[in-house]
Amino acid sequence: MKPYLRDKAPEKLSEIPDATAYEAGYLVTKNAGWRNIRPVIDKEKCIGCLQCYLHCPDGVIYKDSGKVSVDYDFCKGCSICKKICKPGAIEMEAEK
Amino acid sequence: MAKKFLSGNEAFAEGIRLARPQVISAYPITPQTIVVERLSEMVEDGSLESEFIHVESEHSALSCAMGASAVGARAFTATSSQGLLYMAECLTYASGGRFPIVMMNANRSTALPWNIYGDQRDSISQLDCGWIQAYAVDAQEALDLALMSYYIAEQKGVSTPFMANLDGFVLTHTYEVVDVPTQGQADAFLPKFETENKLDLAHPRNLGFSAGPAHNTAFKYKEHIGLLNAAKAITEAEDRFAKIFGRRYTGLTESYRTEDADYILITLGSIAGLVKETVDNLREKGEKAGLLRIRYLRPFPNEEIADAVSNAKAIAVLEKDISFGNEGTVYTNVNSALQKAGLSRPTSNYIGGLGGRNISAEEIKSIFTELKKEQSQVKFIGIGGEEE
Repeated sequence: MKPYLRDKAPEKLSEIPDATAYEAGYLVTKNAGWRNIRPVIDKEKCIGCLQCYLHCPDGVIYKDSGKVSVDYDFCKGCSICKKICKPGAIEMEAEK
Repeated sequence: MAKKFLSGNEAFAEGIRLARPQVISAYPITPQTIVVERLSEMVEDGSLESEFIHVESEHSALSCAMGASAVGARAFTATSSQGLLYMAECLTYASGGRFPIVMMNANRSTALPWNIYGDQRDSISQLDCGWIQAYAVDAQEALDLALMSYYIAEQKGVSTPFMANLDGFVLTHTYEVVDVPTQGQADAFLPKFETENKLDLAHPRNLGFSAGPAHNTAFKYKEHIGLLNAAKAITEAEDRFAKIFGRRYTGLTESYRTEDADYILITLGSIAGLVKETVDNLREKGEKAGLLRIRYLRPFPNEEIADAVSNAKAIAVLEKDISFGNEGTVYTNVNSALQKAGLSRPTSNYIGGLGGRNISAEEIKSIFTELKKEQSQVKFIGIGGEEE
């Protein structure tokens, strides 16, 4: 399951936590702005081996009905998933 | 309560034993080594139930303490000099993450020239890293600070790490008779560590995240407020401490014969003992001398300093630190306190004791003599060969 992302950024000082600690699933900042290529998964070719899930350095690949999907809010576009994918189910596409 | 003959390091270790940290992680460095040696012996002989973790560096020592704090454990570490500088990256992680870790720092010179003896350039160089900074004058205060440090750091509105500084060798390695409280007294003083800032299966949390330009300042503001809140927590801790142990401390500063003093010397750490004696000697000769000892550099005692010196004719700041290219950092802070209070007083800065050089009673007396002359200078004590 893709983690639930905080849908509203804190606007008031009182909404900022005292420590760098939020309830799990809440994040302050999306972090994908520097990605210039994105992994796109071909669900037909994906065999659900989860090698990309295991190798992703940012933990942004998640299980999705027997296959995998990518959380684009945090994917940095490093291409490791493409390189590790034996069935060739992942292609990198240029961000527009 | 039992009387024991202890060094500053040993007294601090006794105080930490009484505070029952669940995790101790440290790497040895002169002159801090003895405090962790004693604690490791206490863990070994069972008088302290704690996880003692041998780490490979100071960077790891504080990282490890943060990990412990992040699962809700009371954590302790200790370092000195180059060790403190090596863990500098982690200092801001601990303060920004609001982990109330306690660290003893044995104040020691920083290289080069290489030197193992005491001065305060190590901790003062880290003044802006968001830690509470206390400076002990003797072994008794060292023990008492060890106990009080957790009470202060762990207060809900504070949640800030605490650095207790002991002058290397002069305090860490000299022996005196120290009152060591019983475990029962210590437990009555110091409640168990409770925090929401931890990994908890019942309430899963996301700890130590990033915050971009939009929210970063707000986090830093909250960190600043946490450190300011420490001032009130220090008063509370000392009131509570006095009730249980019968010893009374005086907050961010300690004034000695300042009420009617014409000339006041402001300093910090163990040298204050000798300044006190010098003040007494000068008073016997009719000189109106006084001492103001800074006990806490952060939070900084702006108002306490302004109050204490408001009737003085001139003020000297004696410190074992120099911010190269400017002046002593304590001096800068003191002048700022006076300016904010609207006090215009002549002030002078004396840089002494670097690399463990002794500061003599005669030299302290000379500072008081020179205070009667024109002020505003940064003067190094004991460089030799310099004409007046």
